[in-house]
Amino acid sequence: MLTFLSRRLIASVLVLLAASYLVYQLSANAGDPLADLRQSTALNKDELIKQRIAQLNLDVPPPLRYFVWLGGVLKVFTGQFDLGKSLKGQPVTDLLASAVGVTVQLLLTATLLAIILGILVGITTALRQYSGYDYTVTGLSFLFFSLPSFFVAVILKQYVGIGFNNFLQNAAFPWWVILIVSLLVGGIWQGILGGDAKRRLITVAIAGGATAVVMAFVSLTGWFNNPSLGIIVVAVLGVGVAFLITTLTAGFANRKSLYTALTVVAIGLAIYYPFNLLSDYLTIWSVLGLGVLAVVVGIVVGYLWGGTDRAISARTGAITAFLVAFLIAVDRFMHSWNNYATSDIINGRPIGTVGAGTPNLSDVTSNFWIEGLDNFTHLLLPTASLLLISLASYSRYSRASLLDVLNQDYIRTARAKGLSERAVIMRHAFRNALIPITTIVAFDFGGLIGGAIITEIVFGWSGMGKLFNDALSPVPDVNPMMGFFLVTGAVAVLFNLLADLSYTALDPRIRVAV
Amino acid sequence: MTIPLSPQPPTGFDPKDGGRNTLSDDSTLEDAIGEGKENAIELKEIEGLSQGRIVVRRFFRHRGALISLILLGILVVLAFSSEGIDAFGLRIPGWWKYTYTFVGNVVDGGRPTLNLIPQWLGGAGIRWGDHPFGQDDIGHDTFAQVMRGAQQSLMIVFVVGIVSTFIGVVVGATSGFFRGAIDTVLMRLTDVVIIIPLLVLTAVLGRTYGNLGSFFLAIVLGLASWTGLARLVRGDVLGLREREFVDAARVAGASSARIMFVHILPNAIGVVIVNATLLMSATILTEAAISFLGFGVQAPDVSLGKLIFDYKEAFSVRPWLFWWPGILIVLIALTINFIGDGLRDAFDPRQKRALNRAARLAKAEARAKARVAASS
Repeated sequence: MLTFLSRRLIASVLVLLAASYLVYQLSANAGDPLADLRQSTALNKDELIKQRIAQLNLDVPPPLRYFVWLGGVLKVFTGQFDLGKSLKGQPVTDLLASAVGVTVQLLLTATLLAIILGILVGITTALRQYSGYDYTVTGLSFLFFSLPSFFVAVILKQYVGIGFNNFLQNAAFPWWVILIVSLLVGGIWQGILGGDAKRRLITVAIAGGATAVVMAFVSLTGWFNNPSLGIIVVAVLGVGVAFLITTLTAGFANRKSLYTALTVVAIGLAIYYPFNLLSDYLTIWSVLGLGVLAVVVGIVVGYLWGGTDRAISARTGAITAFLVAFLIAVDRFMHSWNNYATSDIINGRPIGTVGAGTPNLSDVTSNFWIEGLDNFTHLLLPTASLLLISLASYSRYSRASLLDVLNQDYIRTARAKGLSERAVIMRHAFRNALIPITTIVAFDFGGLIGGAIITEIVFGWSGMGKLFNDALSPVPDVNPMMGFFLVTGAVAVLFNLLADLSYTALDPRIRVAV
Repeated sequence: MTIPLSPQPPTGFDPKDGGRNTLSDDSTLEDAIGEGKENAIELKEIEGLSQGRIVVRRFFRHRGALISLILLGILVVLAFSSEGIDAFGLRIPGWWKYTYTFVGNVVDGGRPTLNLIPQWLGGAGIRWGDHPFGQDDIGHDTFAQVMRGAQQSLMIVFVVGIVSTFIGVVVGATSGFFRGAIDTVLMRLTDVVIIIPLLVLTAVLGRTYGNLGSFFLAIVLGLASWTGLARLVRGDVLGLREREFVDAARVAGASSARIMFVHILPNAIGVVIVNATLLMSATILTEAAISFLGFGVQAPDVSLGKLIFDYKEAFSVRPWLFWWPGILIVLIALTINFIGDGLRDAFDPRQKRALNRAARLAKAEARAKARVAASS
């Protein structure tokens, strides 16, 4: 294993070096790095040109200049990491430090959501193969594959961003919107749940009816301008979550798991009011800490309910606790919404279309919940546009993967043993279907940092995409370009390796040839 | 109970109703028999046909692919006939009265004159008008520009398809066929190119060579996007070279080149064609993306991506400048994707997206067979 690892690592580093040489030469060739100065009308033009030549070693031809740059990179071992300077004289390491943070913030949510939703959609379509639902999703994913990212981004910006802000002025749905959305929701649910005509009709009636009631309520009470869940909705949703998670992870017959989940929900409701009282004093770290605490409480409750299946109960408890904590946090965020949306700086147009946050917001308030909302409103549109496109591919992958697994002999064996459909799907099929998806996920995380050049530019985020774009226009700027490539390339290599390793770790049938 | 599960259909059997016109209570069995017959029909239909004919036949059965092929054909004809051809000094004028460089007076704020709502529905009647897709702020005719842009984008897509397929096949086949040191060198080379994100590579190349014209840009893009195909072809060739017919050819004294071109590559044609198609649908998005960043096709020429790049600020004022090129990009990418899907089904029936009925029947057949096995 060690030999395999070291061999792979050495090969990757060599490939990375060769690729960096290629990128260096290509971008050094991309245009005249002095073009802007040559056209300038400054009096000290010659002085500026000389200065830049000296600063960036432009008198050395690019094939050799690469090694000057490489020398700076290799100084990482002596602790003086040096990636050179941009044309404007900023050290590339500083530029990268801020850009990576912004990009990870943007892409982490989008990628995680795309994976979770994609797997959900993929699994439901695989289980309802060749149904109307399956065909609709397949058709839609073909459409999303074919959408250019800037097209989606600009449309979302125009219609969803600005449209939603306009909608908030009034915040009421016309009756026909309620009707269409309810029918749509009902249609989706009957597609997922399936069954005969009567069952489908009942599903449409329940799901559509519930949607219509919620939308009418939201519309009539102006909920959007002053949203909240309140303890009752949290309780109802929490109990729903408890039942759902128990059914999925342990099976409804496992009473200990069900009691664990319900106990966790009860604990969550008990701390609802104390939490809301104290919430103004919380920071991001204490909120994250509370999330971890919730999971720990869930595990402890599971263990205390005990029985032979302690581990299963603990898992159910942990997942339920996390989701209930999430619900309570969402509720708390909603309480801040009105303050946020009506504040002077937002002025009733909360959905941001430019940048990673509202400038100068921290002058007005430094409340964690308000800042979180600001982050959320700015993340919403870019995340949605990234989501739409990558969701399509994840759903296709997981559908194909699950279908592949469902045709295996061990699934037939599991059914033949008389296991319930839940156990067959969740325990035997789903877990094995996740193996190939894991590799793809690792691969995609590798591409995450370089990922969304276009989306970043359309929404005005100054992350890696902006760094890359600035390094190419108006004047080619080799050092930032190399910094961009070094980070994306190294991360890609690392995650490719991880993908391989995870595959061998998860699938015992595959062994590394040492 | 005797069950006629023989694959031979009875004479005078009508393939249209699939033998399922006699559904009884025992519908599973009847279905299964129908399925058996249907398979037999399928076998009979392709009996004596060459592999190529079978593929063509299967492709034309895929309705989405067929419609897409027709749509794409119409689009190609429309784009090239309306604006004519203007490349390498060759000039053939098209039937549309404006060229993409034409600058006229802005009529009615440049609004599109195309109208599809007939008068009896309260519209202005179906008309084509003078500027069907509208005009921009200096008076360019958008229809002419979009058609020229579609021409350029399609040309780039096809050139990239040809160039990268050629390189990918050569690299992949050599690598897989000779293995050993050649394989290692070629695959490491592929790794070097693959590790550079495609958008980065193409944008840098486009920034450098974009001003040499869009044909040259297409060739450069082709030089950047062959890697995926090379890997796939290599994998296929690695498997094919171990097959008996290759041994037979070698024993018969065929040279390496002959084995590769006559015996191995024709067997890998499915992988090549399918992936070349999917590569082309990805290329139209890549071209649009780098043109949107400003590193693709350069002025005075236009491409669909560049049109959106030029007019992205005008979206709220003149949305049609944004919609028409955008819709065309989506349309081209979607049709090529569907054609690729159809080709995949045609070349590799195992991956076939079977019809609802067919899947149900396959299941029923399996059940029926199990029952037959149990009762005998």
